[in-house]
Amino acid sequence: MILGIDVGGTHTDAVLLDHYEVRKKAKVLTNRENLLDSLLKVTEEILSDEGPEILDRVVLSTTMSTNAIVQDKISKVGMILASGPGLPPSMLTINDDTHFVSGYVNHRGVEVAGIDHDEISKIAEKLRGEGIEHVGIVGKFSSRDPHIETDIGDSIDGKFKHISLGHRMSGNLNFPRRIATTYLNAAVWDTYNSFIDNIKEFVGRFKTDFPIYILKADGGTFEISQSVKCPVQTILSGPAASIMGILSLTNCQEDAIALDIGGTTTDIAIFAGGIPLLEPLGVTIKGHKTLIRGLRTRSIGIGGDSRVTYENGELTVGPERVGPAAAFGGPSPTPTDAMIVLGLTDIGEKEKAEKAIAEIAESMNVPLHDAAETIFHSACETITSSVKDMIDEINNAPVYTVHEMLDGKKIEPNLLYVVGGPAKPMAPRLGDMLGCTTHIPENAEVANAIGASLARTTTELTVLADTEKGTLTIVEEGIQLTIPREFEREDALKICMDKLRERAIKMGAKEDDLEIEITEDQSFNMVRGYYTAGKNIRIKAQVKPGLISNFQKGETR
Amino acid sequence: MNVKKTGLIFFPAFDWAISPSHPEREERLLYTQDQVFEEGLLDLDNVFEFKPGLASTEDINRIHICVPGAESVITESHLISAGGAITAAEKVLTKEVDNAFALVRPPGHHAMRVVHGARGFCNINIEAIMVEYIRHRYGHKRIAIVDTDCHHGDGSQDIFWHDPDTLYISIHQDGRTLYPGSGFPNEFGGPNALGYTINIPLPPNTSDKGFLFALDNLILPILDEFKPDLVINSAGQDNHYSDPITNMNFSANGYAILNERLSPDIAVLEGGYSIESALPYINVGIIMAMAGLDYSFVKEPDYNPREIEQSSQISRYIEEEVSQIYELWKNRHSQKAEMVKNAKYARRSRSIYYDTDGINEEQEETIRICDDCGGMLTIDSKASTGNRIFAVIVPGQSCSTCREKGEKAFESVETGRYDYVYFQDRDRDLFIVK
Ligand SMILES: [Zn+2]
Ligand SMILES: [Zn+2]
Repeated sequence: MILGIDVGGTHTDAVLLDHYEVRKKAKVLTNRENLLDSLLKVTEEILSDEGPEILDRVVLSTTMSTNAIVQDKISKVGMILASGPGLPPSMLTINDDTHFVSGYVNHRGVEVAGIDHDEISKIAEKLRGEGIEHVGIVGKFSSRDPHIETDIGDSIDGKFKHISLGHRMSGNLNFPRRIATTYLNAAVWDTYNSFIDNIKEFVGRFKTDFPIYILKADGGTFEISQSVKCPVQTILSGPAASIMGILSLTNCQEDAIALDIGGTTTDIAIFAGGIPLLEPLGVTIKGHKTLIRGLRTRSIGIGGDSRVTYENGELTVGPERVGPAAAFGGPSPTPTDAMIVLGLTDIGEKEKAEKAIAEIAESMNVPLHDAAETIFHSACETITSSVKDMIDEINNAPVYTVHEMLDGKKIEPNLLYVVGGPAKPMAPRLGDMLGCTTHIPENAEVANAIGASLARTTTELTVLADTEKGTLTIVEEGIQLTIPREFEREDALKICMDKLRERAIKMGAKEDDLEIEITEDQSFNMVRGYYTAGKNIRIKAQVKPGLISNFQKGETR
Repeated sequence: MNVKKTGLIFFPAFDWAISPSHPEREERLLYTQDQVFEEGLLDLDNVFEFKPGLASTEDINRIHICVPGAESVITESHLISAGGAITAAEKVLTKEVDNAFALVRPPGHHAMRVVHGARGFCNINIEAIMVEYIRHRYGHKRIAIVDTDCHHGDGSQDIFWHDPDTLYISIHQDGRTLYPGSGFPNEFGGPNALGYTINIPLPPNTSDKGFLFALDNLILPILDEFKPDLVINSAGQDNHYSDPITNMNFSANGYAILNERLSPDIAVLEGGYSIESALPYINVGIIMAMAGLDYSFVKEPDYNPREIEQSSQISRYIEEEVSQIYELWKNRHSQKAEMVKNAKYARRSRSIYYDTDGINEEQEETIRICDDCGGMLTIDSKASTGNRIFAVIVPGQSCSTCREKGEKAFESVETGRYDYVYFQDRDRDLFIVK
């Protein structure tokens, strides 16, 4: 059986899946001061009739790293940046302990300037003197050739508790994002590691062996002992859990829109051919743009409990929530109250809802029902216009080849999935407005935990070959190999696939779950003078976000 | 520095080349892309990337006479690079951004008004197409084009030769030492637009100092007097000290300073073939300068200002030339009377060579002398492809006499002598072929 737990901001949900059927669900309030406590409670509840020996797999989605970052409960980090030419240091400084050092490689990964050991050891001494135990090292173009970062790391090895290297975070280009990602990884390293130690200790008491996975922002999982190396990957796993939940509760194989409508906000996600879309570069957290792979979501300030006001001839719905709906004793009219008045739902106390909406109707000088309809429509309109914007943005993303420019695929969803409190009353209208067939999955209240349970292990890998230099770089693994001049794109493809498999299995993937996709496949002739000097080959592949195998989508009941 | 909202239209056409080892090939903007991405420029709050639109045949026919038709001389990539320039203009004119840079290829400034094929890696003139698009959509504007490509922009010069509302300034390596061999100060515009073509040839090995001297003492003062509604930079990057096909000593820092001082509304990439050592740094420098950011840390790995410094001889040469050209500009009005005298029409005959496609063209151009507009123009052109054409062009903001004369000329042309006869009327957005 599979145990899935989602430690959310408000609730901690758990499900026990028996052959993909929900055998038991549990929900407890999250203790924000002590997440482990919530975890223990919900596990006890779900295992009240069974022993831990029934578990084949446990998957955990936690807000541990997210909270640490959002609440600023992070460690002090010393940042060492080998920035080379480009943006000025003032635009790259991420904290008070950022230091710039010499040494860099260019866009082809060729070393232009070497590192200065004296300079680095002075910085290391200074950082130690300030009691800093965590260090992040990031070099310009380190995802082309990581040796500047590893050399700096080697030269201060043993002097700090932990060192995070930029190229290990992602194979993508973007120096400022690499800096932010490395910084956050180092900053949450302590908090995350002690949390994981506690979990291991707790699980150790079960005296039985089962793999534990942690959910990442990209809707994939990795094995717990792998997660401690790159804890920053676990941020924002909450929205990912909910999207994977929708995927597991439906049989989505096509372009679709997924909405999770809560009390305060609505999260939007898009599926392309049944695969949830990823952020092009990485997720953003607390103003930091990162290189962390994450599902593409957009959160808007509208939900069932959004405050409704009418002032100076203008009706406003959201973005604040001042309390629950009036029907539940809240202080202000809300879209939920409007839906009650319209008879779309029969929750709460109808009289209270009517009274609240009547205030708005009076100032609008329209009948009660019309006011309710206007509020309801406005809430739906806010959601659908954001959905349309998001699809436009995806379809208008710049492309760099004539082929893609003329024949590029477009996302055209005809299917709408809705989960969350107001899903039932809102879905039909939203579907009409978006021209989509609507679908409200069952068991949606624990979709997050189900999504976490069934998410497969994902990862990506970048392979760069430069036959003029005679080098092949496996970026995220920090490996460099020598290659012959006649090395071809096909050779690079094969190496990339093999190494991606290895990497995925190391991270906890099962052989059957390796649904691999090539995401970048480019080979350029490098011409110098009038002769071809070599090939510049760039391959990127990923294990797509999806559900573990032997599991047909839509089977969960 | 003032932070500005800058639009970037990036289209490297990674699947298009003139031929596999041609300088205009897939790899050209590869390292520029790497550098722009690695610097994270597209994440900046004041930098916005836009997908290029596709230019249409109508956009091309508003400015060019393509023989036999637009479809025959272009590929899709030309429509995208012209479309990218148009997108840049759209974003600026709708005030979505303060300025925009179309970092697109293939380039266009060697493409002339009549197009029988490709010259100097160019088929259609993407800036000229953009300029006429702007006027078509947003009304007639006074536009200044400052062409900083190392090669003389003979195509742009040809297209704007008779247009007094487009000031075309080209600063380039002396034509006696580089393709296309033209662009001397005495090429100064047609009789109705005398002074609105300015050529500033610079000696080989001119460095930042020389370019910036000409900018500060000639280009900027002329722009001040011309008072354009829009300034466009034809941002060629082959003046760089590492460029393999030219002999100049300009640096990435110099390009950034130039763009900061010139402050163009729109920049459009032209040439530049030092794809690894120069383009990544120049483009990052230009984007940062346009966005009003501190570009002082942008420099080439091998940058050594002393090594590329120009000689004092070059400095003196440029100082003298700059003051002569400025005199010429000051006296442009009096020169017209002297040049035209009582003539009603002026004629010029030229041979034009299309190096990229190996085509020869013999062209005779006749302009009506007019004080009220750019003047009605007719062109008789014969190419080694066997095509002979006749074209009648009524300029934008045309006076009624020039339009009447143009219509008459088109009606009365002896069609039997020509394979194709064209009529182009900018104000009415008409393009007719018979
Ligand atoms: Zn050029
Ligand atoms: Zn006239």
